[in-house]
Order: sequence, then C-alpha cells, then structure tokens
Amino acid sequence: MFETPEDRKYQESHEYATTDDETVTIGITDFAQDELGDVVFVELPEVGDDISQGEEFGVVESIKAVSDLYAPISGTVTEVNEELFDRPELVNEDPYGEGWMLKVDRGDDADFDALLSADEYREQTE
Amino acid sequence: MTLLAATEHTKTFLVPNQAISMAHRKPPLYDVYAADATFTEFGGWDMPVEFDSIRAEHAAVRESVGVFDVSHMGEIVVTGSDATALMQRLTSNDVSALAPGDSQYAMLTDESGTIVDDTIVYQLPDEETTRYLFVPNAGHDEEAYRRWVDHRDEWDLDAEVRNETDAWAMLAVQGPDAPDVVDAATDVDVTPLSWGEATYADIDGVRSWVSRTGYTGEDGFEILCPSDDAETVWSAFEGDVTPCGLGCRDTLRTEMGFLLSGQDFDPVEEPRNPYEAGVGWTVDLDTDFVGRDALAEIEREGVTETFVGLILRERGIARHGHEIVADGEVVGHVTSGTMSPTLGEAIALGYVPTDLADPGTELSVVVRDQEKRAEIVSTPFIEDN
Repeated sequence: MFETPEDRKYQESHEYATTDDETVTIGITDFAQDELGDVVFVELPEVGDDISQGEEFGVVESIKAVSDLYAPISGTVTEVNEELFDRPELVNEDPYGEGWMLKVDRGDDADFDALLSADEYREQTE
Repeated sequence: MTLLAATEHTKTFLVPNQAISMAHRKPPLYDVYAADATFTEFGGWDMPVEFDSIRAEHAAVRESVGVFDVSHMGEIVVTGSDATALMQRLTSNDVSALAPGDSQYAMLTDESGTIVDDTIVYQLPDEETTRYLFVPNAGHDEEAYRRWVDHRDEWDLDAEVRNETDAWAMLAVQGPDAPDVVDAATDVDVTPLSWGEATYADIDGVRSWVSRTGYTGEDGFEILCPSDDAETVWSAFEGDVTPCGLGCRDTLRTEMGFLLSGQDFDPVEEPRNPYEAGVGWTVDLDTDFVGRDALAEIEREGVTETFVGLILRERGIARHGHEIVADGEVVGHVTSGTMSPTLGEAIALGYVPTDLADPGTELSVVVRDQEKRAEIVSTPFIEDN
C-alpha cells in the first residue's frame, strides 16, 4: 500500500536515510506523509548544524498535526531542502525524491546498522 | 517522527482507526463510509476527519460543493404551552422573534454570563403546539437536556423536553453549488429559502428538515433526517458532491472566524462571555435569561479582552494554546490556528487586550519558544460570501 524502497534504511519514528559514498539524504516515509495528511510547514536545521541519531532535528506540520522529526543518523548538515519552505506539499507528493529534507556528511557505519531494513519497517507499518 | 500534540484537538486527529475506543458514540453512517475515511474522536464521537485530503475537501467546499456528516451535533426538542418561555430563559437571543421555519444563533450562558455552549434554535412548524428544536454541540446534548429539564421543573413550566440526538442524523451540504444539488435532491423548491430559514422536504422518500445554514462561510444547507434513513439521504449526494471530514470543517470555519465550542470558549478551559467572544449580537438584554443580569453589567462596563483574528507575518503556524506577546510581555493566547488552505497563510484566532485588538496592530505569537511576527486582521480572513 505504501512505498518502502529497498535502497534505504528506516527508523521506527518514520524517517529514512539513504546514502551514496559521500552524503546521507534524510526525509520522512510515504507512510508518515500519509498519516500526517497535507504537509504545510517544515522547520529544519541550518547548514553546518550537527544532528545526532535519535535526537530531534526539526518539525513537520500538517493541517491537522504537529510532529517532531528525529535524526536517523548522526552527522553535519551539508544541504537543506529549502524548496520545502515554499512547497511543503512536496513531502506528500514525493517523500523519497523531491520531498527530501536534509543532506548530511556520512557518519559512522554503525549508525546505519541500528536502522531498520525496508522489510522490517514495512512490518511495522502493516 | 513522533506526534507532538499542538492541542488536544490535533492530537486526536492522528489516532489510528484501530485505537478508537468502543466507548465512543458512532454516527449512523459510520459503517457506510468507514472504509473510505480517517477517523478522529470529537466530543465523544468517532467522526471522519478526512476522506481524501483536507486541502482537496476544503477547496471543494469553497469552489463547488461538499457534504459533511455532522451527526455528532445534538438535537433537543422542546414542546408545550411554556416551550417559548423555557427557551427564552435558557438562551441569549429573543426566541419570541422566531416564526415557524426560522432559526437563530444563540448562546447558552451561566449566571455569570460565561458561555457554556452555542446553538442554533429552530421553531418547527406544528399546528398542535409550539415546537422548538435546538442543536447543541457534540458531547453537550446530555448536559443541555438536563439543564432544560432541571430549569423547567424549578420554574414549574409546562414543556416537554426530549433529547433526540440518537434519533437524528445531520448532513451539511456546503458550497456555491449546494443550492443546485440540494434542490435536485428534494421534492420541494428549496432555493427561495433565505439564510437561516428551513422547511420540511422529502429526499428519496425520507422526510427531512432542510435548513439554509452552515459553518463554512459558503452557501449551503444542513439536513436533519431520521438516523435509520441516513444512508438514503447520504446516497442522494453521492457522485456529485465531495465527502468532507471534520478536518476541513475546522479550516473552513477558522477562515471565517467562527467560534468552536470547547476551544474558542469553554466554561472551564476558556471561560468567555459573548461580548469578548465577538458574539454580543446574539444577546438580547430585553429578554430574561440565565446570565442576563451579569451580561447587562459587562455590556455597560465594556470588555477588557477581545476575540481577534491574526495572520503570521513569518514562517510558522500558530496553534491552540500559543502565547501572544507584545513588547516582550504575554498579553493573550491563541485559541485556534491553522494554515489557511485558501490564503496559504498561517491564520489564528485568540484573545488579546481590547486596546491591542485593532486591525493592523503588530504582535507576536510564540511558536516553540520563537516569537513570530503577527498582525491583527479583521475576520473573516477571506471574502465573505
């Protein structure tokens, strides 16, 4: 029912992290955006800020709800998706693509090991 | 992502369907649309919060037409030779001004003039007796019923009071196209009804009370029909009309600056009188009702706080409970706030000192410890249709 791509790892609190060699991209899952409904606001850290796995890094608000965002991995923010400030609906339309939130410097591999696989996350949302 | 409740209201919006307690009341249409909607608890009822998306449903009501199940609203019927006297003494407006088929908006106040609930009072056509129907908010029907019965007995009036909430379903068909679709569904011409007027009409054989009223700021009708026949009436609007949940009902009414009982006023959490809540026009001091003397004095002396609209001038969303700040001091608080789907701006309702209530006044709203610039604006926030 919800998309849960295999090319990334997931956190129980519904954030994903996907990586190439250099950077990690962070956002919220398809399940999460559907639960929230129409996203109307995101509050994100600034470039250069450090985020820590399991700690709050921002806020996402839909018309009906306000939710904290928790960092799936630790690292330093290198890029923020400022497009979301004007078009927060991208989180609903394309959570794994244009609706990404942060790019951070790749942290420890151990960070990734603590996360759920697509299968494990899918089980949680069923 | 963990739900951080901005308000009790929004907190309940994300309760998953399976977590809904068996103890809640269910509207008669629950099983009809259960598979198509997300639900929330509201006033002790399990009600649809959205079918498709709040934004899409909001737009449907502003631009064409939507239908809401609002069967969580109460229905209390009052009849008998003293029915008018009983209604007059328990509501703020002048019930004697009503003719059969008319309605009026009124406050229920306590002895101190504090609003307990707001309601629409209808006088129903009846050749045998004087008959009123009034509509308390969700979860207020039993207290309203007891209040009416207790006062009737105390004042020794001849009136029968019945809580018929479970016997009735209520649908709201709202939007610029509502007259067309309601007229097509009914056996009588409803288009001549002016705002606030109502009539009996058959919808696919179901005798219904059709009233030109609503809570969205759009033209529209509210339809009362027997619970057992609710599906027939709901089906009459299938296809042409967008099913809508309480989520967009809230954004629509907030854009209009309409009060929400239990949130913008509440006898315990947010005690307010009709003058500070901006509904002094529903108070007729020439009638004798519970709270009248206290309100006469408040009216004479003027209010120190006033219900206002605000627009945030910085990125952020004001929500219920957020503080309103002027020159570094907390001067008031937000009672309702959301992103306006029509304007694309963060709008809020709340109370501020009367000397800060003029449109154009610049204040701040504290959102997660950050002051966001805001400006008082007149309501409705959008053009009034």
